[in-house]
Order: sequence, then structure tokens, then C-alpha cells
Amino acid sequence: MVKQSLPKRIGIAVLGWGAAFVLFFPLLWMLLTSLKSEPEAVNPSLTFTPTLQSYGEVLARADYLSFALNSVIISVGGTVLALALAIPAAYVMAFHPTKRTRSTLLWMLSTKMLPSVGVLVPIYLLFRTLGLLDTRFGLIVVYTLMNLPIVVWMLFTFFKEVPHDILEAGRMDGARTGAEVWHLLLPLTLPGVASTGLLSLILCWNEAFWSLNLTSSAAAPLTAFIASFSSPQGLFFAKLSAASTVAVAPILVFGWLSQRQLVRGLTFGAVK
Amino acid sequence: MTRTRTLLLAASLLAGSPALAESTLTIATVNNGDMVVMQKLSSAFEKAHPDIKLRWVVLEENVLRQRVTTDIATRAGQFDVLTIGNYEVPIWARQNWLEPMDGLPADYDAGDILKTVREGVSRDGKLYALPFYGESAMTYYRKDLFDKAGLTMPAAPTYDEIKSFAAKLTDKASQTYGLCLRGKPGWGENMAYVTTLVDTFGGQWFGEGWKTTIDTPEWKNALTYYTDVLKNYGPPGATSNGFNENLALFASGRCAIWIDSTVAAGLLYDPKQSQVADKVAFAPMPTGSFKGGPTWLWSWNLGIPASSKQKDAAKTFVAWATSKAYVEMVAKENGWVAVPPGTRESTYKSPDYQKAAPFAGFVLKAIDSANPNGQTRNPRPYTGAQFVAIPEFQGIGTQVGQTVAATLTGQQTIDAALKAAQSATERTMRQAGYPK
Repeated sequence: MVKQSLPKRIGIAVLGWGAAFVLFFPLLWMLLTSLKSEPEAVNPSLTFTPTLQSYGEVLARADYLSFALNSVIISVGGTVLALALAIPAAYVMAFHPTKRTRSTLLWMLSTKMLPSVGVLVPIYLLFRTLGLLDTRFGLIVVYTLMNLPIVVWMLFTFFKEVPHDILEAGRMDGARTGAEVWHLLLPLTLPGVASTGLLSLILCWNEAFWSLNLTSSAAAPLTAFIASFSSPQGLFFAKLSAASTVAVAPILVFGWLSQRQLVRGLTFGAVK
Repeated sequence: MTRTRTLLLAASLLAGSPALAESTLTIATVNNGDMVVMQKLSSAFEKAHPDIKLRWVVLEENVLRQRVTTDIATRAGQFDVLTIGNYEVPIWARQNWLEPMDGLPADYDAGDILKTVREGVSRDGKLYALPFYGESAMTYYRKDLFDKAGLTMPAAPTYDEIKSFAAKLTDKASQTYGLCLRGKPGWGENMAYVTTLVDTFGGQWFGEGWKTTIDTPEWKNALTYYTDVLKNYGPPGATSNGFNENLALFASGRCAIWIDSTVAAGLLYDPKQSQVADKVAFAPMPTGSFKGGPTWLWSWNLGIPASSKQKDAAKTFVAWATSKAYVEMVAKENGWVAVPPGTRESTYKSPDYQKAAPFAGFVLKAIDSANPNGQTRNPRPYTGAQFVAIPEFQGIGTQVGQTVAATLTGQQTIDAALKAAQSATERTMRQAGYPK
């Protein structure tokens, strides 16, 4: 690697920190607002006496744990199901392509181009008939389908990087398709699979449109918990910020812990 | 073996929606102070009715409207009790979406509900929802600033007087603004206020035969006044101020005068939420050339959707939450100033309430005089005080609201805005098939 000059390195560092700050700023502002009292929260001033009052009120008003449990079950369920369907699909597309593989991949992606609200009424009616409204299983199905195109695409690009020869060697030694995927392909692409899973998990966790429209109380995840603190008449910025903070905290901590895995997965293949 | 067990556990977690007992009511509501109190006190209801369990779904106002309409239109039956405004009640009742509120318990005393509020949720003499709390509008002002400037608020202020007060009280250097008004676009935000302003300047939305009457001198006078006072004496960035933002501005001492919903009174008097709790005073809404207006009447009501599968239990709950006994219970738990206002005459007759809420008389008078059936200078084909009670109004009001906001920011002249609003509204009304 060529050693860069000092000014250039400082420039890059400033740029990097600047970008990080811009990205982090909304979160920081949310955290600061959550520590203000309601009348102070409307004021952008930075001088205030921090208080945990809003957190107290938010946690007293709603059962945070039951919302959080729903979020965990739905996100993990949606991710596991999506991976279970996408791994075989991506495997076939990467190693046994046909002349329609490319257009199938594009078609899958095109389903993401329709705005969700366009299919709200059909899905709602379907869910009503199947008794899936306000159930965790219903949301898991929706999230799986929602993320499936992205998950398949990501896995497909990761699988494409694996040399055919390795799998072929496995086949020569008598591995059947299942063993080939389980013992060779997945260990080789683990960072990629993990980062795909993490991305899907984060997308599920943050999804608000479907969770607000298809659940009411039994299966309501944290997005519904946040939404319940907005008020048409009365001050709510501090409480809303507190609710948002406790709602994003778990996934934030999780993302932080798995940061290395995520970065490795996302740059996987580029620097081999 | 362990794997099977894990799978079983996972499956049972996934299938997770518990079987509903016969009498579990799902109540959809918004996060307003009075509803939060109701949620808190509802354990008393569950204790008194061990066969009825309550589940709460708290949603943002517009999401609630969207959820509930989808649910009723598809007859999904996800909700048993809804929190809805008096804008929706007559419209939904006409579509048979709401269960009529007959067969109420003998001690309910529906005659005790304030007449105008009761009429707002009735159709053909039948109640279709029960009012939980109601509001009109009034003028809030800072007594200390008025005293310091040697001004006195008249008992019945006019808009000309308000303007001269605002001019004298504005001190931009100390961030004190003479007059705060709603500027955020929306049928329930700036247009609620602008509708009352146009009303008292002698204008209205539609004339007889559903003729759109926006591009008229009355609207022009009203908007000229509105933009003039807000630009000169209002806070900066008024187009992002709705009820909540103005409440915060007034509560933090930035506004000398604020004209808005009476529901703010209880919040401004609460020293925990307001830095001006001991300095706020009130007057009726100002009037312009037409003295019959302005009127403002809004109520949050509890209704039962026709799709509910547990209508009787739902009715028991709605009657409980809107009863005299409930008002007394709130008074006992949280003090009289916290009782849901604007619904029952008995509340206003209570000496304890009069003592705890010095604004009570104003609110009652404003609600009593807010005739939802028509109070404009010229005859009109619609009902509604600060809105037009037709389904199209949400769209029309929000669109015109954006045009009005554009005049505030100076993107559009008033003449151009009125012309645009007139033609857009005419088009919508024609497409909707008016006159019907």
C-alpha cells in the first residue's frame, strides 16, 4: 500500500468523522431530546437540566417488554425464514443457472418497486380471511416476502464468488447437494450469509408500515410502541424521543457488537 | 429430542396470538392527555366487570383514521371501541359503519350531554357515538404583558383590537411575539382556524347549491388579515406551527396572545407543563364584521364499529367512560381540573369544577354558542363549525391549507392562492358529484 501524505490522511479523517457525525446526528438529537422535559423539548437549546422523567412515563404507560418480545420474535422469525428460502434459491441460481436466471433475479427485484400501500387492501383482506391479522406469524410471512428479493440477491452475489472447483471437489468425494451447501458453501460464505441475515434483521426491526397496519395489540412490535406516543393535542416530543431511544437501543447494541462481521461481509469478495 | 422441543417452542411462539376470550375489547385511541387518564383508570372498570378485559391500541391520529376505515370497510372486526371526532361520526353513521347508541343504562342521562356536542354526534335524533371530551376555541393572553403595556383585554375583543394589541406587545429582540396562530397546513390544523376567521369576516366554504365561495372578498379580507398579523407580529416559521407547537410557544412565554382550542386551557394552567401558569388569562374568540361567528366545536367520541363482534360489552365500556360517575372518579383521582371537559352540564354545574377551572364558564359559553348546523352570514348547504362535514373535506381542506401556507411564506400572492384554491375545490366537488 502506498503511504499517503499527512495532509491527505488528515483530510480523509476529517471527512470520515464528518460523515459519521452527520449520520449519527439524528440519533444524538433524539437522545438529547429524550432527556429534556416536555416544554424544553420543543426548544432547540442545548442548555437544559437532564431528566429521566420521560423514560419513566413511557415505561409506565406501555408494556415495553411485550412489544420488544414481539419485535425480537418477528425479526428473527422473518430473517430465519427468508434465509431458509433464499439459500437454496441463491445456490441454484449461482451454480446451476439457466437462461432465465438473470431475468428471474431482475423480476424478483422488481417486486420491490411497487409501493407497499398499493397492496395494502389485498393483503389486509387476505389476512382477514386467513385469520392472520394481529398475529406474529402473519408479520413474519410479510417480512419474509418483503426482504426475500434483497436476501436472494445478496446471497447470490456472495455465492458467485465461490469457485466451482471447490464444490466440484466435494461432489467427487461423494457429497450430495445438501452436504455440499451445508459443509462447503455456507462455511465459505459465512461472513456474507451473516451480514445478509443482519441486514434482514435490521430491516425487519425498523419496518413500520406493515406492522402499524396489520397488528393492533397482541402482535404489535416496537414500531407501534413508538407511534403510540405521538399526540394530536399535547406535548410529546420528549416522550416520543424516549420511546424511540428504548426501541432502537437493542438493535443498535446488536449492530455495534456485530459490526466487524457486518463490515467483513459487506466488503467480502472485494479484497480477496 | 432437544431439537424437536426447540422447534415446538419456536412454533408456539410464532403462532403466538392467544385465543381471545369472548369478552376482550380492543379499544383504538389516540395519545391525548384525557385518553391516557382513561387508560389508567380503566382497571376500575375491569374490576367492576370481571367478564370484560380491555386491550388498548394507541395510534397516531391519522394512522388511527386510516386503520379504522380499512377495518370497517373490510369488516375485519379488529376493533370494538373507536376514538373518533365529530367530523367522522355523522359521515360514518350515514354509511352504517357505526352502531347506534341506544339502550343505554337508565342512569346514563344522555340529556345531560351539552346540546351542541350531542347534536354533533347524532343523526336523525339517534346518538352514534358518546362524547368523551369536547372543545371550542378561545383567546389566551398574557395578563402580565398586558398590564406592563397598560392594555386591557375587552370582554368581547374584535380582530382589529387584537391586531393593535399584537403590534404593541411584539418585541422580537426578546423573542416575544404579539400573536400566535396555527400555520401548519392541514384540514384539522391551519384550516380549522382559518375557517373560523373567514366565518367571522362574513365568508364560508360553499354557498347554496354547493357553489364554491373561496375566491371572494370575504376570504381575501380574512387571509390578508391572517398573513399580515402573522408576518409582522407572529413567531418566525409560522407555517410549521400547529396546535402543539403553539402550545409550546405560549407555555414557554413566547406569545402574548394565542387563539386556539379551549383544551389548551387545562394544559396552560398546569405549572408542570407551562411556565406561564400564573400569568395566563382568557377571552372569547375575537369577532370580525360578522358577529354571529366564529364558531368552533370539536369532540372526541367513543363509538362502536358495526363490524365489532362484542357490541354489548363495548357499549357497557363506552357508557362507563362517558358517564357522570367517570367524571367524578377522575376528579377524585387527579383533581377537578383534570376531568374531561366539554361534555356534560353536570360537570359545569359542579362548584368544585368552577373553582378548580376558572376558564370553565368561557368554555361552556363557547361550546353552547357553537352551532354546528350553520352559523355563517349567508345560508349554506353543509354542517360543521370549523370544518365542512363531508367526506371530501379532508382532501380539500388540506389542499387549500397548503395554498394558505404558501401565502404566509410569500411563495404565492393571496389573489393567486384564492384562485388556485377555488378551482381545485370546484374540481374536487364536481368529481365527487355535488350538488347531490
